Amino acid sequence: MAEFFTTTYLGIGLTIVGQVFLIVIPLLVCLAFLMYADRKVWAAVQMRRGPNVVGIYGLLQSFADFIKYIVKEVVFPAGADRTVFLLAPMITLVLSLIAWAVIPFNEGWILSDINVAILYIFAISSLEVYGVIMGGWASNSKYPFLGSLRSAAQMISYEVSIGLIIIGVIISTGSMNLSDIVRAQDGAYGIFNWYWLPHLPMLFLFFVSALAETNRPPFDLPEAESELVAGYQVEYSSTPFLLFMIGELVAVVLMCALVSLLFFGGWLSPIPWLPDGFLWMFVKMLFVFFMFAMVKAITPRYRYDQLMRLGWKVFLPMSLGWVFFVAFAAKFQWFGGVFARWTVGG
Amino acid sequence: MEEMLREYLPILVFLAIAIALGLILILAAVVIAVRNPDPEKVSAYECGFNAFDDARMKFDVRFYLVSILFIIFDLEIAFLFPWAVAFKDISMVGFWSMIVFLIVLTVGFAYEWKKGALEWE
Repeated sequence: MAEFFTTTYLGIGLTIVGQVFLIVIPLLVCLAFLMYADRKVWAAVQMRRGPNVVGIYGLLQSFADFIKYIVKEVVFPAGADRTVFLLAPMITLVLSLIAWAVIPFNEGWILSDINVAILYIFAISSLEVYGVIMGGWASNSKYPFLGSLRSAAQMISYEVSIGLIIIGVIISTGSMNLSDIVRAQDGAYGIFNWYWLPHLPMLFLFFVSALAETNRPPFDLPEAESELVAGYQVEYSSTPFLLFMIGELVAVVLMCALVSLLFFGGWLSPIPWLPDGFLWMFVKMLFVFFMFAMVKAITPRYRYDQLMRLGWKVFLPMSLGWVFFVAFAAKFQWFGGVFARWTVGG
Repeated sequence: MEEMLREYLPILVFLAIAIALGLILILAAVVIAVRNPDPEKVSAYECGFNAFDDARMKFDVRFYLVSILFIIFDLEIAFLFPWAVAFKDISMVGFWSMIVFLIVLTVGFAYEWKKGALEWE
């Protein structure tokens, strides 16, 4: 039986399909509860109760929302380009999902262990701009058009600093494989071996860039309700709108996973004598998501010119400077070689 | 070849399943939900007014400028990736060539800044 799944084409194919579902289904179920958690945190900060009607403590709220989306009418605005109009949410969803193919959840728990994993994720997240800009353009309405322009400019601006921050991590590791990056953070001191300590400034930069990249508050300019109503999503209804929502949230959770893999040692245990495992990865992702939710609840929205200034005049010079710094620190092994992990083992 | 297929085939399968998932969701709403369009419902949203004219209008050239700057820097980063991966193996020549390249990039960035390409009012 085991031979069937490792040698024949059909067997290998079925195994892959099974593995894909093993990622997608738990991810989407988690997403439903994360959406709920997001709203609950937001409500708690504002001294409200949040969703509390559907199910115990409102736990089934997201599923009720899902059914509601399915039975709503799909409205095609007059003058919209129908193909592109439907293609845009599809692209958003598909791109945000397939990035998960290279995320390791535990030692060996990875769908596709390619050695250019980070480059792949970087390429996918660059492509995500297309969903936004196509959605805005195809709607043939002014608010979505302006919203998509803004959103595209914002996403590509912060893409640059995310790329430079990742370069720093790659220099320290010498590999683009995410599993290798996690293994390089393993060591005798547990939590103090992880990259958050040497790369501390970049952890903050990455976190804020991730907020901007995924259009999360306080950088949710494209859907600034007071000016553009809901940005590029204005004309969307029913499941096309749902696909945008899922795509955005999957991208947010992907950023949580990336923060935990790049800076918090993925599945490694913070205390050296405790076993490593998937649970640590899960806890770290939840923690980062909680930070995302808290930022949404407690910060006021940025103005657009401030946002672009922050991206190009603050984050870009800082991350570029950091690449210089890490390059020299790794080459000449400053600070006992903490920036050159291949020299200190692990 | 065989090994490469093993590594990249799952991504293709994932892509197919993701597309299928999206199609199912969209088709579900198209099939299940009633469709009852009328001219008011499908008109473009413009705060209650009738839409003045076509929405595909001229837009600020700064958005274009930002995307040009993005291409320059993203290419730069694409150059940096192989260098960063091979970092532990490259010689001093390789190291310093890239540093010179980065300095040239920084000079270009300072020039853009000075010229006001990054201003946004």
